[in-house]
Amino acid sequence: MELTAFDKSLLNLLQSNLPICSHPFAEIASKLGTDESTVLDRIKTLKNEGFLRRIGTFFNSNALGYRGTLVALQVESNSIPKVAEVINNFPTATHNYEREGKFNLWFTLMTQDRAQEESILEEIRSIPGVDAMINLPSNKKYKINVQFQLQ
Amino acid sequence: MTAIDKIDREIIRALQDDFPLVAEPYKLLAEKIGISEDEFLRRVQNLAAEKKIRKMGAVLRHREVGFSSNVLCAWEVPPDKLDSIAAMMIESPAVSHCYDRQTAEDWNYNLYTMIHAKTRDECEKIVRELSEKTGIKNFTMLFSKREWKKTSMKYFPE
Repeated sequence: MELTAFDKSLLNLLQSNLPICSHPFAEIASKLGTDESTVLDRIKTLKNEGFLRRIGTFFNSNALGYRGTLVALQVESNSIPKVAEVINNFPTATHNYEREGKFNLWFTLMTQDRAQEESILEEIRSIPGVDAMINLPSNKKYKINVQFQLQ
Repeated sequence: MTAIDKIDREIIRALQDDFPLVAEPYKLLAEKIGISEDEFLRRVQNLAAEKKIRKMGAVLRHREVGFSSNVLCAWEVPPDKLDSIAAMMIESPAVSHCYDRQTAEDWNYNLYTMIHAKTRDECEKIVRELSEKTGIKNFTMLFSKREWKKTSMKYFPE
């Protein structure tokens, strides 16, 4: 499915400005010169066609009392699937990627306290095939803004 | 800054699931947790005003909208220049995330940028341009080989 000019305008608006009010989709519709049900139908189509990863609310994890970290592992290549599976089983490990380089498995972990973080990392470090681990907690977030201007 | 109370936690749980694609989504969510739409909206506006919500809206699937390549680039920045270098990096619309992180043994990179583009070549070109613009010569490009997991965090599980 090819995106139409209308779709691109709709997606550009949806990426930044879903108003917090009783009829948010009607407000989007008025900006696009159309009506609420047209906007809702089109969003459902775009979602079904796989263009939207998620629509909704994105929270500031630190403000909710969570601490986030990025962890890099050096894993023997034949152990990667097994290690990845153990990591993925933690609901608080939200992203997990195999990457090029000395450290070949990278995951993010979100916990409510340092003790929980430490116990999860200890468990992962002890999986056979994990040769090294570095923990890279964030000090400061300068930007989080996943937006793609569609033209 | 107000503390997050029991009702806020229920609201956060309701909002982190798929947002209802109906004319009155907040009314539906409010009914689920047994409060009025007015109170639900007032509390959500408050969470947004206090920056506990950083965004309401959609995140697109990169690949489907033509941004097929991305790279996590780690930079070694003099600690006293982190703020000014980061400010230059985040001007680029190709940079979606920029974090200052602690270093580790034999790993001196302290600034991380996620960069999105249409191709790997374009990602590499953006990294070279950022390096020239900022004067940071020590960096490593961590291209992904495989995605094992990508989910949204579920806060306050019951």
